[in-house]
Amino acid sequence: MSLYQAVLELADDHLILSHRLSEWCGHGPMLEEDLALSNMALDLLGSARTLFSYAAVLEGKNRSEDDLAYLRSEREYFNCLLVERPNGDFSCTMLRQFYFAAFMEPFWQAALGSSDAVISGVAGKAVKEMAYHLRHAGEWVVRLGDGTDVSRAKMQAAINDLHPYWEELFTTQTANDALPDRAEIRTQWEASVKSVFVQAGLAFPDPVHAQQGGRIGEHGETLGHMLAPMQYLQRAHPGAVW
Amino acid sequence: MTDVTPLWEVFIRPRNGLAHKHVGSLHAADEVLALDAARDVYTRREEGTSIWIMRSDAIVASDPAHADETFDPAGDKIYRHPTFYKIPDEVGHM
Repeated sequence: MSLYQAVLELADDHLILSHRLSEWCGHGPMLEEDLALSNMALDLLGSARTLFSYAAVLEGKNRSEDDLAYLRSEREYFNCLLVERPNGDFSCTMLRQFYFAAFMEPFWQAALGSSDAVISGVAGKAVKEMAYHLRHAGEWVVRLGDGTDVSRAKMQAAINDLHPYWEELFTTQTANDALPDRAEIRTQWEASVKSVFVQAGLAFPDPVHAQQGGRIGEHGETLGHMLAPMQYLQRAHPGAVW
Repeated sequence: MTDVTPLWEVFIRPRNGLAHKHVGSLHAADEVLALDAARDVYTRREEGTSIWIMRSDAIVASDPAHADETFDPAGDKIYRHPTFYKIPDEVGHM
């Protein structure tokens, strides 16, 4: 598959998760975490911008990063289903972030040696950001899992809710030599998750049927509801800039 | 909320060679999350290269009611300021 499609897939993961995190802005459980969530959203958006700009160049159809980010329809996004899952409560958002970062940190580590200068460039910046997301979200998984009866019940509910969605992280429609092999990240992902779950005293549930489809544009019903406010400004005022 | 997330004071060192400076406070459940929160709240614009945090209730402060006896006696002891030395021009800026 083309590098364009592979980069777009990666960019979509970052944009969609970034927007989900931005939905917390002003609604965090405390000021400190409200800012932490916004910071993480901005980290992801920064990587998404570089990747969309690069995808636009690779496509060669004179589209801009904004065209790709804001002017596609739902079926034209190729993010994995995990990142579009609704925020749920704080424990669900933190677990989703933990799962994503536990994948992206080793992914970018491997991408540091990419033959593609843009990919290795993004990796150099993103690997540090993902290391922080992994650590911060992991700390919360431990505290909520090993906290009170209520926090443990909420974290366990989040684990069950997201259980059909993490496996899609290791799939792609667009294997490309410039990017690390997603399937090979699985060992490291499982080690990260296991280590944190042991500290949290949480059990990883038995496998369930993995939901897939994001990589071919087949999304959950919630993505459209998310895209509507996300795309509103560019749709209502085409070409609007800051 | 504050019974499970006590107050912490945050100190940031802007760069090597300078001292950590008090920049504000925050709420966090423990020291690990307090360090994360300090990073997220107070170093978003490259303000620092090192962070210290400490529990606010670990600080022992002077009593404002004792301010007169604590601080005022130093007020008329101008000879304690090293301003009576003549500095040769060759020394330049000190």
